[in-house]
Amino acid sequence: MHSSQRAGLGLRLAAIAGLLFLHLPILLIFLYAFTTEDRSYQFPPPGLTLKWFGVTWGRADVWEALALSIKVASVSTLIAMVLGTLCAAAVSRARFFGREAISLLVILPIALPGIVTGISLRSAFNLADIPYSTLTIILGHATFCVVVVYNNAVARFRRLSGSMVEASMDLGANSFQTFRYIILPNIGTALMAGGMLAFALSFDEVIVTTFTAGQQATLPIWMLEELVRPRQRPVTNVVAMVVVLATFLPILGAYYLTRSGSDTAGSGK
Amino acid sequence: MSSADTNHQSLTGRISDVLWRKPRLLLALLLLPPLLWLGVIYIGSLIALLVQSFFSIDEFSGLIRYELTLKTYGELFRPANYDIIIRTVLMASTVTIASAIVAFPIAYYAARYARGRMKALFYIGVMLPLWSSYLVKVYAWKLILAKEGIITWMVDSVGLGFLLDILLRIPIIGGNSLSVSYIGTFLVFLYVWLPFMILPVQAALERVPGNLLEASSDLGASNRQTFRHVIVPLALPGIVAGSIFTFSLTLGDYIIPQIVGSSRLFIGQAVYAHQGTAGNIPLAAAFAVVPIVIMAGYLWMAKKQGAFDAL
Repeated sequence: MHSSQRAGLGLRLAAIAGLLFLHLPILLIFLYAFTTEDRSYQFPPPGLTLKWFGVTWGRADVWEALALSIKVASVSTLIAMVLGTLCAAAVSRARFFGREAISLLVILPIALPGIVTGISLRSAFNLADIPYSTLTIILGHATFCVVVVYNNAVARFRRLSGSMVEASMDLGANSFQTFRYIILPNIGTALMAGGMLAFALSFDEVIVTTFTAGQQATLPIWMLEELVRPRQRPVTNVVAMVVVLATFLPILGAYYLTRSGSDTAGSGK
Repeated sequence: MSSADTNHQSLTGRISDVLWRKPRLLLALLLLPPLLWLGVIYIGSLIALLVQSFFSIDEFSGLIRYELTLKTYGELFRPANYDIIIRTVLMASTVTIASAIVAFPIAYYAARYARGRMKALFYIGVMLPLWSSYLVKVYAWKLILAKEGIITWMVDSVGLGFLLDILLRIPIIGGNSLSVSYIGTFLVFLYVWLPFMILPVQAALERVPGNLLEASSDLGASNRQTFRHVIVPLALPGIVAGSIFTFSLTLGDYIIPQIVGSSRLFIGQAVYAHQGTAGNIPLAAAFAVVPIVIMAGYLWMAKKQGAFDAL
Protein backbone atom coordinates (compact mmCIF):
# COMPACT_ATOMS: atom_id res chain seq x y z
CA MET A 1 0.00 0.00 0.00
CA HIS A 2 1.43 3.36 -1.05
CA SER A 3 0.86 6.49 0.92
CA SER A 4 0.59 8.27 -2.45
CA GLN A 5 -2.85 8.83 -4.00
CA ARG A 6 -2.26 6.67 -7.11
CA ALA A 7 -3.16 3.03 -7.07
CA GLY A 8 -0.71 0.44 -8.33
CA LEU A 9 -1.24 -0.93 -11.84
CA GLY A 10 -2.04 -4.43 -10.62
CA LEU A 11 -4.71 -3.17 -8.24
CA ARG A 12 -6.28 -0.95 -10.90
CA LEU A 13 -6.38 -3.81 -13.41
CA ALA A 14 -7.90 -6.19 -10.86
CA ALA A 15 -10.55 -3.63 -9.88
CA ILE A 16 -11.46 -2.89 -13.50
CA ALA A 17 -11.51 -6.58 -14.40
CA GLY A 18 -13.83 -7.17 -11.44
CA LEU A 19 -16.24 -4.48 -12.56
CA LEU A 20 -16.21 -5.82 -16.13
CA PHE A 21 -16.92 -9.31 -14.78
CA LEU A 22 -19.98 -7.85 -13.05
CA HIS A 23 -21.30 -5.99 -16.09
CA LEU A 24 -20.42 -7.81 -19.32
CA PRO A 25 -22.82 -10.72 -18.73
CA ILE A 26 -25.73 -8.29 -18.36
CA LEU A 27 -24.70 -6.43 -21.53
CA LEU A 28 -24.65 -9.73 -23.37
CA ILE A 29 -28.38 -10.08 -22.66
CA PHE A 30 -28.95 -6.87 -24.62
CA LEU A 31 -27.16 -8.29 -27.64
CA TYR A 32 -29.08 -11.56 -27.53
CA ALA A 33 -32.42 -9.71 -27.54
CA PHE A 34 -31.70 -8.80 -31.18
CA THR A 35 -30.37 -12.12 -32.46
CA THR A 36 -32.01 -13.88 -35.40
CA GLU A 37 -31.02 -17.29 -34.05
CA ASP A 38 -33.92 -18.99 -32.28
CA ARG A 39 -32.74 -22.58 -31.76
CA SER A 40 -29.52 -22.19 -29.80
CA TYR A 41 -27.45 -19.66 -27.88
CA GLN A 42 -25.02 -19.23 -30.77
CA PHE A 43 -22.33 -16.56 -30.47
CA PRO A 44 -21.71 -14.37 -32.41
CA PRO A 45 -25.36 -13.96 -33.47
CA PRO A 46 -25.79 -14.81 -37.18
CA GLY A 47 -27.88 -11.67 -37.69
CA LEU A 48 -29.72 -8.90 -35.88
CA THR A 49 -33.47 -8.22 -35.95
CA LEU A 50 -36.17 -6.28 -34.13
CA LYS A 51 -38.74 -8.96 -34.88
CA TRP A 52 -38.78 -10.53 -31.41
CA PHE A 53 -39.88 -7.33 -29.72
CA GLY A 54 -43.11 -7.49 -31.73
CA VAL A 55 -43.56 -11.18 -31.01
CA THR A 56 -43.07 -10.59 -27.28
CA TRP A 57 -45.51 -7.68 -27.33
CA GLY A 58 -48.19 -10.02 -28.68
CA ARG A 59 -47.69 -12.73 -26.05
CA ALA A 60 -50.60 -12.80 -23.58
CA ASP A 61 -48.76 -15.05 -21.06
CA VAL A 62 -45.96 -12.48 -20.70
CA TRP A 63 -48.47 -9.68 -20.04
CA GLU A 64 -50.35 -11.77 -17.47
CA ALA A 65 -47.15 -12.62 -15.62
CA LEU A 66 -46.07 -8.99 -15.69
CA ALA A 67 -49.45 -7.81 -14.35
CA LEU A 68 -49.35 -10.32 -11.50
CA SER A 69 -45.78 -9.33 -10.63
CA ILE A 70 -46.67 -5.65 -10.48
CA LYS A 71 -49.76 -6.34 -8.38
CA VAL A 72 -47.87 -8.53 -5.91
CA ALA A 73 -44.94 -6.11 -5.67
CA SER A 74 -47.20 -3.09 -5.12
CA VAL A 75 -49.27 -4.66 -2.34
CA SER A 76 -46.25 -6.24 -0.65
CA THR A 77 -44.40 -2.93 -0.79
CA LEU A 78 -47.31 -1.10 0.84
CA ILE A 79 -47.55 -3.66 3.65
CA ALA A 80 -43.79 -3.65 4.11
CA MET A 81 -43.69 0.15 4.25
CA VAL A 82 -46.30 0.27 7.02
CA LEU A 83 -44.80 -2.57 9.07
CA GLY A 84 -41.19 -1.50 8.48
CA THR A 85 -41.84 2.11 9.49
CA LEU A 86 -43.73 1.12 12.65
CA CYS A 87 -40.96 -1.24 13.64
CA ALA A 88 -38.24 1.33 12.93
CA ALA A 89 -40.11 4.01 14.90
CA ALA A 90 -40.46 1.71 17.89
CA VAL A 91 -36.86 0.50 17.84
CA SER A 92 -35.35 3.95 17.39
CA ARG A 93 -37.47 5.85 19.93
CA ALA A 94 -36.97 3.66 22.95
CA ARG A 95 -34.68 1.16 24.54
CA PHE A 96 -36.74 -1.72 25.79
CA PHE A 97 -36.48 -5.36 26.64
CA GLY A 98 -36.28 -7.50 23.52
CA ARG A 99 -35.18 -4.67 21.22
CA GLU A 100 -32.31 -6.70 19.80
CA ALA A 101 -34.65 -9.63 19.27
CA ILE A 102 -36.92 -7.45 17.14
CA SER A 103 -34.08 -6.37 14.86
CA LEU A 104 -33.17 -10.03 14.48
CA LEU A 105 -36.79 -10.99 13.78
CA VAL A 106 -37.00 -8.43 10.97
CA ILE A 107 -33.72 -9.52 9.38
CA LEU A 108 -34.34 -13.26 9.73
CA PRO A 109 -36.53 -13.71 6.60
CA ILE A 110 -33.65 -12.68 4.34
CA ALA A 111 -30.80 -13.87 6.55
CA LEU A 112 -32.04 -17.44 6.32
CA PRO A 113 -31.79 -19.06 2.90
CA GLY A 114 -34.82 -18.36 0.71
CA ILE A 115 -35.62 -22.03 0.51
CA VAL A 116 -36.12 -22.15 4.30
CA THR A 117 -38.54 -19.21 4.20
CA GLY A 118 -40.26 -20.78 1.22
CA ILE A 119 -40.79 -24.25 2.59
CA SER A 120 -41.73 -22.89 6.04
CA LEU A 121 -44.53 -20.83 4.54
CA ARG A 122 -45.61 -23.70 2.35
CA SER A 123 -45.84 -26.17 5.20
CA ALA A 124 -47.71 -23.57 7.28
CA PHE A 125 -50.21 -23.01 4.45
CA ASN A 126 -50.59 -26.76 4.14
CA LEU A 127 -51.22 -27.25 7.85
CA ALA A 128 -53.71 -24.37 7.92
CA ASP A 129 -55.42 -25.52 4.69
CA ILE A 130 -54.89 -22.17 2.98
CA PRO A 131 -55.15 -22.57 -0.82
CA TYR A 132 -52.36 -21.04 -2.90
CA SER A 133 -53.37 -17.76 -4.46
CA THR A 134 -52.17 -14.22 -5.09
CA LEU A 135 -52.69 -13.66 -1.37
CA THR A 136 -50.23 -16.37 -0.34
CA ILE A 137 -47.61 -14.92 -2.70
CA ILE A 138 -48.12 -11.49 -1.11
CA LEU A 139 -47.89 -12.93 2.42
CA GLY A 140 -44.46 -14.32 1.59
CA HIS A 141 -43.17 -11.26 -0.24
CA ALA A 142 -44.29 -8.72 2.37
CA THR A 143 -42.50 -10.77 5.04
CA PHE A 144 -39.06 -10.44 3.46
CA CYS A 145 -39.65 -6.90 2.14
CA VAL A 146 -40.13 -5.45 5.65
CA VAL A 147 -36.40 -5.55 6.26
CA VAL A 148 -35.36 -3.17 3.44
CA VAL A 149 -37.89 -0.54 4.48
CA TYR A 150 -36.91 -1.06 8.11
CA ASN A 151 -33.18 -0.64 7.37
CA ASN A 152 -33.71 2.60 5.49
CA ALA A 153 -36.16 4.02 8.01
CA VAL A 154 -34.08 3.09 11.07
CA ALA A 155 -31.02 4.84 9.62
CA ARG A 156 -33.04 8.01 9.02
CA PHE A 157 -34.80 7.95 12.41
CA ARG A 158 -31.37 7.81 14.00
CA ARG A 159 -30.51 11.13 12.35
CA LEU A 160 -33.86 12.74 13.16
CA SER A 161 -33.21 14.63 16.35
CA GLY A 162 -35.59 14.09 19.24
CA SER A 163 -35.59 17.80 20.05
CA MET A 164 -37.46 18.56 16.81
CA VAL A 165 -40.29 16.32 17.93
CA GLU A 166 -40.28 17.92 21.38
CA ALA A 167 -40.28 21.40 19.87
CA SER A 168 -43.29 20.50 17.78
CA MET A 169 -45.14 19.22 20.85
CA ASP A 170 -44.16 22.31 22.84
CA LEU A 171 -45.65 24.49 20.12
CA GLY A 172 -48.97 22.74 20.63
CA ALA A 173 -49.03 20.08 17.94
CA ASN A 174 -50.43 16.71 19.00
CA SER A 175 -48.75 13.39 18.17
CA PHE A 176 -50.59 13.01 14.88
CA GLN A 177 -49.80 16.54 13.75
CA THR A 178 -46.18 16.04 14.75
CA PHE A 179 -46.09 12.84 12.73
CA ARG A 180 -47.73 14.50 9.73
CA TYR A 181 -45.70 17.73 9.68
CA ILE A 182 -42.38 16.88 11.32
CA ILE A 183 -41.60 13.18 11.19
CA LEU A 184 -43.07 12.25 7.82
CA PRO A 185 -41.31 15.01 5.79
CA ASN A 186 -38.05 14.03 7.45
CA ILE A 187 -38.24 10.31 6.82
CA GLY A 188 -40.10 10.65 3.51
CA THR A 189 -37.21 10.12 1.12
CA ALA A 190 -35.87 7.22 3.18
CA LEU A 191 -39.29 5.59 3.02
CA MET A 192 -39.49 6.18 -0.73
CA ALA A 193 -36.06 4.63 -1.19
CA GLY A 194 -36.99 1.69 1.03
CA GLY A 195 -40.22 1.29 -0.88
CA MET A 196 -38.46 1.25 -4.24
CA LEU A 197 -35.99 -1.34 -3.05
CA ALA A 198 -38.81 -3.44 -1.57
CA PHE A 199 -40.61 -3.24 -4.91
CA ALA A 200 -37.48 -4.33 -6.77
CA LEU A 201 -36.92 -7.17 -4.30
CA SER A 202 -40.46 -8.46 -4.63
CA PHE A 203 -40.59 -7.98 -8.41
CA ASP A 204 -37.53 -10.19 -8.78
CA GLU A 205 -38.16 -12.85 -6.12
CA VAL A 206 -38.38 -16.42 -7.33
CA ILE A 207 -37.27 -18.89 -4.65
CA VAL A 208 -39.94 -18.14 -2.05
CA THR A 209 -42.51 -17.62 -4.79
CA THR A 210 -42.09 -21.12 -6.23
CA PHE A 211 -43.29 -22.45 -2.86
CA THR A 212 -46.22 -20.10 -2.37
CA ALA A 213 -47.60 -19.55 -5.87
CA GLY A 214 -49.61 -22.61 -6.83
CA GLN A 215 -50.59 -22.41 -10.50
CA GLN A 216 -50.05 -18.68 -11.01
CA ALA A 217 -46.93 -17.33 -12.65
CA THR A 218 -45.21 -14.10 -11.70
CA LEU A 219 -42.68 -12.82 -14.23
CA PRO A 220 -39.72 -14.56 -12.51
CA ILE A 221 -41.69 -17.82 -12.38
CA TRP A 222 -42.43 -17.43 -16.08
CA MET A 223 -38.72 -16.92 -16.74
CA LEU A 224 -37.79 -19.91 -14.61
CA GLU A 225 -40.11 -22.12 -16.65
CA GLU A 226 -38.51 -20.82 -19.84
CA LEU A 227 -35.07 -21.52 -18.42
CA VAL A 228 -35.89 -25.08 -17.43
CA ARG A 229 -37.90 -25.91 -20.56
CA PRO A 230 -37.17 -23.32 -23.29
CA ARG A 231 -40.12 -22.83 -25.61
CA GLN A 232 -39.22 -19.69 -27.53
CA ARG A 233 -35.73 -18.52 -26.63
CA PRO A 234 -35.83 -15.11 -28.37
CA VAL A 235 -38.93 -14.10 -26.38
CA THR A 236 -37.06 -14.96 -23.17
CA ASN A 237 -34.13 -12.84 -24.38
CA VAL A 238 -36.39 -9.82 -24.92
CA VAL A 239 -38.16 -10.26 -21.58
CA ALA A 240 -34.77 -10.57 -19.84
CA MET A 241 -33.61 -7.31 -21.37
CA VAL A 242 -36.78 -5.46 -20.42
CA VAL A 243 -36.55 -6.78 -16.84
CA VAL A 244 -32.96 -5.50 -16.54
CA LEU A 245 -33.98 -2.04 -17.74
CA ALA A 246 -37.04 -2.02 -15.48
CA THR A 247 -35.06 -2.88 -12.32
CA PHE A 248 -32.39 -0.25 -13.02
CA LEU A 249 -34.89 2.59 -12.58
CA PRO A 250 -35.94 2.00 -8.94
CA ILE A 251 -32.32 1.29 -7.95
CA LEU A 252 -31.03 4.52 -9.46
CA GLY A 253 -34.03 6.33 -7.94
CA ALA A 254 -33.32 4.94 -4.47
CA TYR A 255 -29.67 5.90 -4.85
CA TYR A 256 -30.45 9.53 -5.75
CA LEU A 257 -32.95 9.86 -2.90
CA THR A 258 -30.46 8.80 -0.24
CA ARG A 259 -27.03 9.63 -1.68
CA SER A 260 -26.52 12.69 0.54
CA GLY A 261 -26.57 10.61 3.71
CA SER A 262 -23.99 8.23 5.02
CA ASP A 263 -26.63 5.51 4.87
CA THR A 264 -27.12 5.01 1.17
CA ALA A 265 -30.00 2.76 0.26
CA GLY A 266 -29.56 -0.68 -1.12
CA SER A 267 -26.29 -1.70 0.40
CA GLY A 268 -28.02 -4.44 2.32
CA LYS A 269 -30.18 -6.41 -0.07
CA MET B 1 -53.89 28.74 23.83
CA SER B 2 -57.23 28.32 22.10
CA SER B 3 -55.77 25.86 19.62
CA ALA B 4 -54.42 23.83 22.51
CA ASP B 5 -57.90 23.84 24.05
CA THR B 6 -59.56 22.54 20.89
CA ASN B 7 -56.87 19.93 20.74
CA HIS B 8 -57.88 18.71 24.13
CA GLN B 9 -61.50 18.46 23.09
CA SER B 10 -61.05 16.67 19.76
CA LEU B 11 -60.77 12.90 19.79
CA THR B 12 -57.38 12.81 18.07
CA GLY B 13 -56.13 15.35 20.57
CA ARG B 14 -57.24 13.22 23.48
CA ILE B 15 -55.70 10.06 22.00
CA SER B 16 -52.53 12.02 21.42
CA ASP B 17 -52.43 13.11 25.06
CA VAL B 18 -52.88 9.57 26.30
CA LEU B 19 -50.06 8.38 24.06
CA TRP B 20 -47.82 11.18 25.25
CA ARG B 21 -48.46 10.36 28.87
CA LYS B 22 -48.02 6.63 28.36
CA PRO B 23 -45.05 6.08 26.05
CA ARG B 24 -45.16 2.35 26.73
CA LEU B 25 -48.63 2.20 25.24
CA LEU B 26 -47.45 4.02 22.12
CA LEU B 27 -44.54 1.64 21.87
CA ALA B 28 -46.84 -1.35 22.16
CA LEU B 29 -49.15 0.06 19.49
CA LEU B 30 -46.21 0.67 17.15
CA LEU B 31 -44.84 -2.79 17.65
CA LEU B 32 -48.07 -4.73 17.55
CA PRO B 33 -48.68 -4.90 13.77
CA PRO B 34 -45.11 -5.86 12.74
CA LEU B 35 -44.80 -8.32 15.60
CA LEU B 36 -48.12 -9.91 14.77
CA TRP B 37 -47.15 -10.23 11.13
CA LEU B 38 -43.60 -11.51 11.59
CA GLY B 39 -44.34 -13.42 14.77
CA VAL B 40 -47.43 -15.23 13.53
CA ILE B 41 -46.76 -15.66 9.83
CA TYR B 42 -43.01 -16.06 9.83
CA ILE B 43 -42.05 -17.56 13.18
CA GLY B 44 -45.23 -19.63 13.06
CA SER B 45 -44.15 -21.03 9.70
CA LEU B 46 -40.63 -21.76 10.93
CA ILE B 47 -42.07 -23.67 13.87
CA ALA B 48 -44.40 -25.54 11.53
CA LEU B 49 -41.34 -26.53 9.51
CA LEU B 50 -39.39 -27.58 12.55
CA VAL B 51 -42.24 -29.72 13.85
CA GLN B 52 -42.66 -31.45 10.49
CA SER B 53 -39.00 -32.43 10.49
CA PHE B 54 -39.67 -34.57 13.58
CA PHE B 55 -42.42 -36.51 11.84
CA SER B 56 -41.59 -39.41 9.58
CA ILE B 57 -42.99 -41.02 6.49
CA ASP B 58 -44.47 -44.48 6.48
CA GLU B 59 -42.44 -46.49 4.00
CA PHE B 60 -45.35 -48.67 2.91
CA SER B 61 -48.22 -46.24 2.61
CA GLY B 62 -46.14 -43.13 1.84
CA LEU B 63 -48.24 -41.17 4.34
CA ILE B 64 -46.87 -38.90 7.02
CA ARG B 65 -46.90 -40.44 10.50
CA TYR B 66 -47.61 -37.72 13.02
CA GLU B 67 -45.44 -39.02 15.86
CA LEU B 68 -42.32 -37.27 17.06
CA THR B 69 -39.22 -39.19 16.04
CA LEU B 70 -35.60 -38.60 15.05
CA LYS B 71 -35.84 -41.15 12.27
CA THR B 72 -36.03 -38.53 9.53
CA TYR B 73 -32.89 -36.82 10.79
CA GLY B 74 -31.22 -40.25 10.77
CA GLU B 75 -31.97 -40.49 7.07
CA LEU B 76 -29.83 -37.41 6.44
CA PHE B 77 -26.81 -39.56 7.28
CA ARG B 78 -27.51 -42.12 4.59
CA PRO B 79 -24.68 -41.88 2.01
CA ALA B 80 -26.87 -40.45 -0.77
CA ASN B 81 -28.20 -37.65 1.44
CA TYR B 82 -24.95 -37.07 3.28
CA ASP B 83 -23.18 -36.56 -0.06
CA ILE B 84 -25.65 -33.82 -0.93
CA ILE B 85 -24.86 -31.96 2.29
CA ILE B 86 -21.08 -32.30 1.86
CA ARG B 87 -21.27 -31.23 -1.79
CA THR B 88 -23.30 -28.13 -0.92
CA VAL B 89 -21.03 -27.10 1.96
CA LEU B 90 -17.94 -27.58 -0.23
CA MET B 91 -19.44 -25.48 -2.99
CA ALA B 92 -20.49 -22.77 -0.54
CA SER B 93 -16.98 -22.65 0.94
CA THR B 94 -15.28 -22.50 -2.46
CA VAL B 95 -17.63 -19.77 -3.66
CA THR B 96 -17.06 -17.79 -0.45
CA ILE B 97 -13.26 -17.96 -0.68
CA ALA B 98 -13.23 -17.10 -4.39
CA SER B 99 -15.59 -14.17 -3.95
CA ALA B 100 -13.44 -12.77 -1.14
CA ILE B 101 -10.43 -12.89 -3.47
CA VAL B 102 -12.23 -11.30 -6.43
CA ALA B 103 -14.05 -8.74 -4.28
CA PHE B 104 -11.02 -7.46 -2.39
CA PRO B 105 -9.32 -5.41 -5.15
CA ILE B 106 -12.62 -3.83 -6.19
CA ALA B 107 -13.51 -2.94 -2.60
CA TYR B 108 -9.98 -1.76 -1.89
CA TYR B 109 -9.79 0.49 -4.91
CA ALA B 110 -13.26 1.92 -4.27
CA ALA B 111 -12.51 2.54 -0.59
CA ARG B 112 -9.02 4.03 -0.82
CA TYR B 113 -8.51 5.56 -4.26
CA ALA B 114 -11.84 6.34 -5.87
CA ARG B 115 -13.03 9.90 -5.19
CA GLY B 116 -16.00 11.97 -6.29
CA ARG B 117 -17.44 10.77 -9.58
CA MET B 118 -15.27 7.66 -9.63
CA LYS B 119 -16.60 6.70 -6.22
CA ALA B 120 -20.21 7.08 -7.36
CA LEU B 121 -19.38 5.05 -10.45
CA PHE B 122 -17.98 2.21 -8.35
CA TYR B 123 -20.95 2.34 -6.02
CA ILE B 124 -23.51 2.20 -8.83
CA GLY B 125 -21.28 -0.31 -10.60
CA VAL B 126 -21.69 -2.73 -7.71
CA MET B 127 -25.27 -1.81 -6.88
CA LEU B 128 -26.77 -2.36 -10.32
CA PRO B 129 -25.57 -5.96 -10.69
CA LEU B 130 -26.56 -6.61 -7.07
CA TRP B 131 -30.12 -5.58 -7.73
CA SER B 132 -30.55 -6.78 -11.31
CA SER B 133 -32.87 -9.68 -11.67
CA TYR B 134 -31.40 -12.87 -10.26
CA LEU B 135 -32.93 -15.02 -12.98
CA VAL B 136 -31.71 -12.73 -15.73
CA LYS B 137 -28.20 -13.04 -14.34
CA VAL B 138 -28.45 -16.82 -14.28
CA TYR B 139 -29.87 -16.72 -17.78
CA ALA B 140 -26.97 -14.57 -18.99
CA TRP B 141 -24.60 -17.27 -17.79
CA LYS B 142 -26.57 -19.95 -19.55
CA LEU B 143 -25.90 -17.98 -22.73
CA ILE B 144 -22.23 -17.50 -21.86
CA LEU B 145 -21.47 -21.08 -20.85
CA ALA B 146 -23.43 -22.80 -23.62
CA LYS B 147 -21.39 -25.04 -25.91
CA GLU B 148 -22.11 -22.70 -28.84
CA GLY B 149 -21.75 -19.62 -26.62
CA ILE B 150 -19.28 -16.77 -26.24
CA ILE B 151 -16.63 -18.55 -24.14
CA THR B 152 -16.18 -21.36 -26.63
CA TRP B 153 -16.09 -18.81 -29.44
CA MET B 154 -13.47 -16.70 -27.67
CA VAL B 155 -11.06 -19.52 -26.78
CA ASP B 156 -11.47 -20.98 -30.26
CA SER B 157 -10.73 -17.69 -32.00
CA VAL B 158 -7.46 -17.29 -30.11
CA GLY B 159 -6.62 -20.93 -30.71
CA LEU B 160 -6.85 -22.06 -27.10
CA GLY B 161 -9.79 -24.41 -27.53
CA PHE B 162 -7.67 -27.34 -26.37
CA LEU B 163 -7.23 -25.69 -22.94
CA LEU B 164 -10.99 -25.61 -22.44
CA ASP B 165 -11.15 -29.27 -23.47
CA ILE B 166 -8.48 -30.19 -20.92
CA LEU B 167 -10.35 -28.24 -18.25
CA LEU B 168 -13.59 -30.03 -19.04
CA ARG B 169 -11.87 -33.43 -19.02
CA ILE B 170 -10.92 -33.04 -15.34
CA PRO B 171 -12.93 -35.66 -13.48
CA ILE B 172 -15.77 -34.56 -11.15
CA ILE B 173 -15.60 -30.81 -11.83
CA GLY B 174 -15.55 -31.19 -15.64
CA GLY B 175 -18.32 -32.30 -17.97
CA ASN B 176 -19.60 -32.25 -21.53
CA SER B 177 -19.69 -28.47 -21.62
CA LEU B 178 -19.23 -25.70 -19.09
CA SER B 179 -22.97 -25.39 -18.64
CA VAL B 180 -23.29 -28.92 -17.28
CA SER B 181 -20.20 -28.93 -15.08
CA TYR B 182 -19.43 -27.90 -11.49
CA ILE B 183 -17.08 -25.27 -12.91
CA GLY B 184 -20.10 -23.65 -14.52
CA THR B 185 -22.17 -23.84 -11.33
CA PHE B 186 -19.28 -22.33 -9.40
CA LEU B 187 -18.88 -19.43 -11.86
CA VAL B 188 -22.56 -18.56 -11.71
CA PHE B 189 -22.61 -18.66 -7.90
CA LEU B 190 -19.50 -16.50 -7.80
CA TYR B 191 -21.01 -14.00 -10.21
CA VAL B 192 -24.41 -13.76 -8.55
CA TRP B 193 -23.17 -13.37 -4.95
CA LEU B 194 -20.02 -11.29 -5.59
CA PRO B 195 -21.65 -7.88 -4.87
CA PHE B 196 -22.75 -9.19 -1.45
CA MET B 197 -19.06 -9.61 -0.61
CA ILE B 198 -17.81 -6.34 -2.13
CA LEU B 199 -20.06 -4.00 -0.13
CA PRO B 200 -19.20 -5.08 3.44
CA VAL B 201 -15.49 -5.41 2.60
CA GLN B 202 -15.54 -1.90 1.16
CA ALA B 203 -17.35 -0.62 4.27
CA ALA B 204 -14.71 -2.20 6.50
CA LEU B 205 -11.83 -0.81 4.43
CA GLU B 206 -13.28 2.68 4.47
CA ARG B 207 -13.04 2.66 8.23
CA VAL B 208 -9.28 1.95 8.17
CA PRO B 209 -7.67 5.29 9.09
CA GLY B 210 -5.04 6.47 6.61
CA ASN B 211 -2.58 7.42 9.35
CA LEU B 212 -2.46 3.81 10.49
CA LEU B 213 -0.97 2.89 7.11
CA GLU B 214 1.48 5.79 7.30
CA ALA B 215 2.50 4.73 10.78
CA SER B 216 3.11 1.24 9.49
CA SER B 217 5.41 2.40 6.71
CA ASP B 218 7.12 4.91 9.05
CA LEU B 219 7.94 2.00 11.28
CA GLY B 220 9.69 0.38 8.35
CA ALA B 221 7.08 -2.05 7.07
CA SER B 222 7.13 -2.79 3.35
CA ASN B 223 3.90 -2.45 1.37
CA ARG B 224 3.47 -6.18 1.52
CA GLN B 225 3.92 -6.23 5.30
CA THR B 226 1.47 -3.38 5.79
CA PHE B 227 -1.04 -5.22 3.67
CA ARG B 228 -0.52 -8.49 5.49
CA HIS B 229 -0.39 -7.17 9.08
CA VAL B 230 -2.53 -4.02 9.02
CA ILE B 231 -5.01 -3.97 6.14
CA VAL B 232 -6.10 -7.60 6.02
CA PRO B 233 -6.75 -7.94 9.78
CA LEU B 234 -8.79 -4.73 9.75
CA ALA B 235 -10.75 -5.85 6.68
CA LEU B 236 -11.44 -9.25 8.18
CA PRO B 237 -14.76 -8.36 9.89
CA GLY B 238 -15.99 -7.12 6.50
CA ILE B 239 -14.92 -10.32 4.79
CA VAL B 240 -16.66 -12.38 7.46
CA ALA B 241 -19.80 -10.26 7.07
CA GLY B 242 -19.73 -10.76 3.30
CA SER B 243 -19.12 -14.46 3.72
CA ILE B 244 -22.32 -14.75 5.75
CA PHE B 245 -24.21 -13.76 2.62
CA THR B 246 -22.23 -15.76 0.08
CA PHE B 247 -22.26 -18.85 2.28
CA SER B 248 -25.91 -18.68 3.29
CA LEU B 249 -27.13 -17.83 -0.21
CA THR B 250 -25.18 -20.68 -1.77
CA LEU B 251 -26.39 -23.14 0.86
CA GLY B 252 -30.03 -22.36 0.18
CA ASP B 253 -30.05 -21.91 -3.58
CA TYR B 254 -31.73 -24.53 -5.70
CA ILE B 255 -32.18 -22.70 -8.98
CA ILE B 256 -28.59 -22.16 -10.11
CA PRO B 257 -27.50 -25.82 -9.83
CA GLN B 258 -30.72 -26.82 -11.55
CA ILE B 259 -30.09 -24.59 -14.56
CA VAL B 260 -26.30 -24.66 -14.80
CA GLY B 261 -24.63 -27.80 -13.54
CA SER B 262 -24.53 -31.56 -13.42
CA SER B 263 -27.54 -33.57 -12.35
CA ARG B 264 -26.14 -34.19 -8.87
CA LEU B 265 -28.27 -32.50 -6.23
CA PHE B 266 -27.59 -29.66 -3.78
CA ILE B 267 -29.44 -29.18 -0.48
CA GLY B 268 -31.92 -26.74 -1.98
CA GLN B 269 -32.78 -29.10 -4.81
CA ALA B 270 -33.20 -31.97 -2.34
CA VAL B 271 -35.66 -29.88 -0.30
CA TYR B 272 -37.58 -28.97 -3.41
CA ALA B 273 -37.67 -32.51 -4.76
CA HIS B 274 -38.73 -34.11 -1.47
CA GLN B 275 -41.54 -31.67 -0.76
CA GLY B 276 -42.78 -31.71 -4.35
CA THR B 277 -43.04 -34.88 -6.40
CA ALA B 278 -41.82 -37.22 -3.67
CA GLY B 279 -44.26 -35.77 -1.12
CA ASN B 280 -41.82 -36.53 1.70
CA ILE B 281 -42.34 -33.30 3.63
CA PRO B 282 -40.60 -34.52 6.82
CA LEU B 283 -37.36 -35.26 4.94
CA ALA B 284 -37.62 -31.96 3.05
CA ALA B 285 -38.05 -30.17 6.38
CA ALA B 286 -35.08 -32.01 7.90
CA PHE B 287 -32.97 -31.01 4.88
CA ALA B 288 -34.07 -27.40 5.30
CA VAL B 289 -32.99 -27.47 8.95
CA VAL B 290 -29.41 -28.29 7.85
CA PRO B 291 -28.65 -24.81 6.44
CA ILE B 292 -30.32 -23.24 9.49
CA VAL B 293 -28.03 -25.17 11.84
CA ILE B 294 -24.93 -24.48 9.74
CA MET B 295 -25.79 -20.78 9.51
CA ALA B 296 -26.49 -20.56 13.24
CA GLY B 297 -23.02 -21.95 13.95
CA TYR B 298 -21.51 -19.68 11.35
CA LEU B 299 -23.25 -16.57 12.71
CA TRP B 300 -22.14 -17.43 16.21
CA MET B 301 -18.54 -17.59 15.02
CA ALA B 302 -18.96 -14.41 12.99
CA LYS B 303 -20.33 -12.58 16.02
CA LYS B 304 -17.22 -13.47 17.95
CA GLN B 305 -15.17 -11.95 15.10
CA GLY B 306 -17.13 -8.70 15.38
CA ALA B 307 -18.53 -9.07 11.87
CA PHE B 308 -21.88 -7.47 12.67
CA ASP B 309 -20.34 -4.04 13.13
CA ALA B 310 -19.30 -4.17 9.47
CA LEU B 311 -22.76 -4.91 8.09
